[in-house]
Amino acid sequence: MDLFDKFDGVAALHASLPFKDVDPFKVVMDKILSETVAVINGRETIMAGTNNYMGMTFNEEAMEAAKAAIDAYGTGTTGSRVLNGTYGIHKELEATLCEFYDTEHCMVFSTGYQATLGLVSALGGKDDYIIIDADCHASIYDGCSMSNATIVRFKHNDVENMERRLKRIPEGANKLVVVEGMYSMLGDAAPLKEMLEVAKKYGCMTLVDEAHSMGFCGEKGRGIAEELGVEHLADIVVGTFSKSVGTVGGFAVSNHPKFDILRFVCRPYIFTASLPPSVIASATAAIKAISRSGNRRAHLWENARRLHAGLKSAGFDMCTNTAESPIVAVHLPDPDVGTRFWEQLLEEGVYANMAAPPATPSGVFLMRVSVCAQHTTDQIDEIIKRFKVTAEKVALELRNT
Amino acid sequence: MADAKILEKISAIITPINRKGVALTGATSFAVDLEFDSLTVMDMVADIEDEFDIILPLNLLPDLETIQHLVDAVEKILSES
Repeated sequence: MDLFDKFDGVAALHASLPFKDVDPFKVVMDKILSETVAVINGRETIMAGTNNYMGMTFNEEAMEAAKAAIDAYGTGTTGSRVLNGTYGIHKELEATLCEFYDTEHCMVFSTGYQATLGLVSALGGKDDYIIIDADCHASIYDGCSMSNATIVRFKHNDVENMERRLKRIPEGANKLVVVEGMYSMLGDAAPLKEMLEVAKKYGCMTLVDEAHSMGFCGEKGRGIAEELGVEHLADIVVGTFSKSVGTVGGFAVSNHPKFDILRFVCRPYIFTASLPPSVIASATAAIKAISRSGNRRAHLWENARRLHAGLKSAGFDMCTNTAESPIVAVHLPDPDVGTRFWEQLLEEGVYANMAAPPATPSGVFLMRVSVCAQHTTDQIDEIIKRFKVTAEKVALELRNT
Repeated sequence: MADAKILEKISAIITPINRKGVALTGATSFAVDLEFDSLTVMDMVADIEDEFDIILPLNLLPDLETIQHLVDAVEKILSES
């Protein structure tokens, strides 16, 4: 017996994927040429699976700010936020987010994963209930495991199913409803208005994870809650810097009067080093850039709609009927076709995400594309063209159109 | 509610997803016999919650390895409510 034996099933599943040369889960980017182009295995490749929605990774102001921060503060803080790891620029970033979200309080975490993990685990006490959407991100599930609360899971995006469960929770118990604005695998948006209204009807506190909607949803780019005009029903909003903001890190914003106490009880906030100065500086610059990026947002949505329409009319089995987000995903019948499709697409010069269980809901296999505001219309057309060529080469049957 | 009645209702929920056609008894295990992954188990639990109008918290799942474990858990929750 060996402790590692328990992973044999995972190893066997991975070994059964029929890729020839490139392991979909071990891809190496040799060079990064721009927000949308990288060199992989010596080939120039259109990056269509980076979550770099707003194309901020090469934003000039953000890059200059990061370089200046290294000169001024060095490469890292080597300390926790509650010890020596809070610099003036960390407070400045929190103030920038308070201004962006028009909230009283903000906490910046070292990753988005830790932000949700920290909030959910800290808030869910012994006699409390946490009610989550079935398709919530792993960080939310992990936060639930780490909490001491009773965890109730409702069917994805199903308001009626959620309400039925809220009714069963004993009266007087503290309840936290956790949903995402946009779900990262299928790219489907939550019916946030209805959900938050029902949550409030049952006296729940609400936490909305806007990781995949911040930057491009809503007039100011705050997320789905802003777009639907229900920000007043979201008690806590959690987000990340690793997508639209183009770097790494996470945050939570709230108007709850006692919010700041979380700095003393939230373990993923306390027991890790704070973000390095360069990251803090680029995040601050990128968020400021995002708030005046109306044109970029418009182009991102044009890209998403163009790609969705192109793949749909080519006969791909789309995960959503319309482009609900910059995530455009297509169903593939099984791991075999999925893997061959992914590898052939890479050979054609397009990198997309192969998504497989358990990262996907209901055991489905997906080819997941996330578009970037910096993709040109030509690049979007190339992606569509190469999807079609790939389908032909791996004999994926497309729907008659 | 008696064990037998609960078992019957739970079996009815499992039958449509019992792709291998395994005989369903109290000793049938979800992971080994039925080869359910964690997602399938969670979805099954949601159906059971609605059938009995109870909350079966996710926290309980690691302890529910067999159909009998599930029957016992449902019975306990029903008797406490």
